Amino acid sequence: MGNDTVLVLVVITALGFDFTNGFHDTGNAMATSIATGALPPRIAVAVSGVLNFVGAFLSLAVAATIASGLVDTKLVTLTVVAAGLTGGIIWNLLTWLFGIPSSSSHALIGGVIGSTMAASGGSAVLWHGLVSKVIIPAVMSPVIAALVAAAGTWSLYRISRSMTSAARGHGFRIGQIGSACMVSLAHGTNDAQKTMGVITLALIANGTLAAKSNAPFWVILACALAISIGTYVGGWRVIRTLGKGLVEIESPQGMAAESSSAAIILLSSSFGYSLSTTHVATGSIIGTGLGKKGAEVRWNVAGRMATAWLFTLPSAALVGAAAYGLAYGIGGTAGVLVDLILLAALCGLIYYRSRSTKVDHKNVNAEWGGTVAPVEPEPAAA
Amino acid sequence: MSWINLNALWKIVVFGLIAGAGLPAIFAAGMFSLSRGPRTAQTAGADSDVLVGGSVVGMAVAVLCFLVVLAAIGWGVYEVYQIGHPATHK
Repeated sequence: MGNDTVLVLVVITALGFDFTNGFHDTGNAMATSIATGALPPRIAVAVSGVLNFVGAFLSLAVAATIASGLVDTKLVTLTVVAAGLTGGIIWNLLTWLFGIPSSSSHALIGGVIGSTMAASGGSAVLWHGLVSKVIIPAVMSPVIAALVAAAGTWSLYRISRSMTSAARGHGFRIGQIGSACMVSLAHGTNDAQKTMGVITLALIANGTLAAKSNAPFWVILACALAISIGTYVGGWRVIRTLGKGLVEIESPQGMAAESSSAAIILLSSSFGYSLSTTHVATGSIIGTGLGKKGAEVRWNVAGRMATAWLFTLPSAALVGAAAYGLAYGIGGTAGVLVDLILLAALCGLIYYRSRSTKVDHKNVNAEWGGTVAPVEPEPAAA
Repeated sequence: MSWINLNALWKIVVFGLIAGAGLPAIFAAGMFSLSRGPRTAQTAGADSDVLVGGSVVGMAVAVLCFLVVLAAIGWGVYEVYQIGHPATHK
């Protein structure tokens, strides 16, 4: 029943998704450090890449959730996985183009669920697993993260209130390096595993692995590599929205936000909750705005993000379902190939579009003027 | 089957607060302690960013705080590794 050509294509596509996941989410770990100047942008993404790699080896609980807890593995075929990945990648790239830090995890899960439903109907989806391990954590995690970050921010300012603001800034910038590293580690632990889960799902679907298997070592290694390279490339657009758009961040707030994100993500990962690191990081950043007197949270930016979050699962599911329809209509290996060629073409198009309003390590910290791309090009800005 | 795992939820909130807010607070306490001593704002100027105040006790407390933070992180990561790799190794 196995089809190795399709399997190889699916694995490559999954690693491609992992790559986009890395560069979409660099911002979650490093946005605040970059915004406060704790780390130079390029160093930040390099450190984050290495730690994502390490983090990927830390735990396997989330991979198990994705591989066996969301859809009925008996009904999943390789075509379903390929179509699901297509949905996830397309949604991820579109939100990146607009600089919205939406959830890569939801894009992936939405895509897989959409294509599963298109293939075998709603009963193939394990709704209880989906709601209890994905949707409820998605709603709760930003709230908990905001709470923890607000408590942290308040106590950091309280404890250091008699220090000069320059000394305080200096100290917390050092602290931020540590906390940002922990977020990168946590990100690897949570997000690299999602792709491991999907590849494991594909291997189970192909009959290569028995149902309920753990991810084999080469899968872990490949995913760790893909996500760390993606992280190193850096999603400067999202870094900018998170670091400059949401709240103006000082280094104590940055440290509080990162500590909160790292703690929540690591804890949830070890319970097997595939939560969105994006949701957690955003919740934390809002929390630091709430925990400091006089800080301003740009609720309109937060609202725009929340809207994108609501749409992520269903939109990716629709794209996933459509991709399945197309592949099924054509049939066999050719169907999957057509899907992936269309996907590659679309990626090229989105990348081309993004060039016209480029955000990179040079202008990532330019003054927030309400748009992702800085209003005026600032050639000499650091 | 319950939709919310309350056992996991309270653990995430409580340990989240301890690790996510408590550890940075201990770091801050260490920093504050480090800044005590003769070389405070009065002598070094109000816009000084010098972190080490020069008090021996302050430095000792600071080192203790930083060690506690590092130990807690190390232990936490070890726990995550333990939980994430159940005894049933392949």
